[in-house]
Amino acid sequence: MKSSIVFWNILMKDMRTYYLKPPNISWGIIFPFAWTLMFFLKSKSAVDISEILPGVMSLAVLFGTTSMLAVTITFERRSRSFDRLLLAPISLNLLMLAKTAGAIFFGTLNALVPALFASFIIDLSGANWVTALFSVILIAVTSTFLGLFISVAVSEVFEAQTFSNFFRFPMVFLCGLFFPVQNLPALIKPVAYLLPLTYGADMLKTSLNGTGFIAPWINFLVLLGFSLGLFLVSTHFIKKRWIY
Amino acid sequence: MNILEVKNLTKDFDGFMAVKGVDFSVKRGEVFGFLGPNGAGKTTTINMLTGLARPTSGTINLAGEDGVKNVKKLQQIMGIVPDESNLYDDLSGFDNLTFCASLYGMEKTRREKRAQELLAQFRLADTGKRPFKAYSKGMKRKLTIAAGIIHDPQILFLDEPTTGIDVESARQIRKLIQNLNKKGTTIFLTTHYIEEAERLCSRVGFIVSGKIVRLGTVNELMQEAQNEHTVQFSLAGGLLNVKEALRSRFIDYTVSIDGDTTVKIQSPSPINLIPFIKFFEDHNLMVYEAKIIRPSLEEVFVKVTGIELKNMKQEKEGGRRRKKQ
Repeated sequence: MKSSIVFWNILMKDMRTYYLKPPNISWGIIFPFAWTLMFFLKSKSAVDISEILPGVMSLAVLFGTTSMLAVTITFERRSRSFDRLLLAPISLNLLMLAKTAGAIFFGTLNALVPALFASFIIDLSGANWVTALFSVILIAVTSTFLGLFISVAVSEVFEAQTFSNFFRFPMVFLCGLFFPVQNLPALIKPVAYLLPLTYGADMLKTSLNGTGFIAPWINFLVLLGFSLGLFLVSTHFIKKRWIY
Repeated sequence: MNILEVKNLTKDFDGFMAVKGVDFSVKRGEVFGFLGPNGAGKTTTINMLTGLARPTSGTINLAGEDGVKNVKKLQQIMGIVPDESNLYDDLSGFDNLTFCASLYGMEKTRREKRAQELLAQFRLADTGKRPFKAYSKGMKRKLTIAAGIIHDPQILFLDEPTTGIDVESARQIRKLIQNLNKKGTTIFLTTHYIEEAERLCSRVGFIVSGKIVRLGTVNELMQEAQNEHTVQFSLAGGLLNVKEALRSRFIDYTVSIDGDTTVKIQSPSPINLIPFIKFFEDHNLMVYEAKIIRPSLEEVFVKVTGIELKNMKQEKEGGRRRKKQ
């Protein structure tokens, strides 16, 4: 009961102070909307839109989660309000899960913008929305924990942004969002398989248009592994660096 | 009975020893003060006691439990007020307090009631809806202290509670600290204001370069500087006329005359006032006041540590400016 009070209040505080602020709401809507518009205008037909929708949704989640979490945690570290959380009688795992829950929720909402937009243009009745939502949540969890890992590695807000981009932009091109992983040069292909978004995007493709090429259970296990790994490594470094 | 016992506590930052084997205990219900210059190890010690830093070696026993192994459990009975107000700028005073209460698992109705009580107690009821960023420095400090006691802790750690705020707010905060202590809260305080330690603390530890160089009650520490006894007489006037007679009559004493109305008598042994009063009566001088002058804690600190108070303040201000940059 006590843990649920702490978890819920940290989540609500973050939603109020960061994620549901007008600039972030507009960012959460405008950014995926702009990506969607850009790709959809470029697409020649409804088939094209269906093909690129999983990539646009993955992109919206990736950009909505990594930098937001990395920036909010780095900001709280700088203002020392994060110390207040570290000094609370709660486990570090619970604290970090509560801190990341807001970004996961925000990222999931971001993915709905291109989906909603596409639903007005093409027929999406063939999509499996349950597994699509599950895939979006898994991408959001992995990307958020990547943001957590970034926040542990940096000490300034601007570093968090820069470091996020260091991970994000290669992912845009290497994870099969818009260019199939199978068509990548042989030298680069192994890099794609080292990035979690490759598996998230593939899972989403399978759910939305059936073009994924990796078995869903492999995607699920790999994403689960990435999430657990990033979370455990991040909390390990938090214990080592922040509780010095 | 001791609520906190610290033995041989050490903190090594990659070869730099910030705290060098300190030993001390804090009695339940007392105000214990840590006094020392910037970089002496005060904040590092507080961080180790509260769980924000891991001791390199040594033991901490808080309320009968291992303060290193069980620190998460013990944080429930600790209140912590850091040296800088670290609440959330965009949340109101009331919301900041209820959020902090929620971190201790307090139910909604209880935390809202407690937040209202504290806002009233800290004279912030009128500004409870204002965002924290709109508060003055003194108000921020008071709200940060209120956040530290929202869960009724058994022991409150206060790191430099009145540094950088106006005189009136500092006075109010000292009063609040005294009231909290009267209600039974044990207080561990760090300060570089010697007069604050003197006024608030029952026992004081001087910490310099990571070591406790002296520890005791304020009275015990003052005894150390009591090399000689001093009495000051205030008279209606006419002292200058009897200056030489006074000095020749009391040849075993050091007599310092300040103007026509004040004279200070110093002696290595206790001073008997009667002969002096008789002397003034014989010379028709009216005595208004006879005052025993005691050494201040500041004098003791300077004597023990060799650090001048003004240097300590300059260091502290410099440290704060550097932090802001």
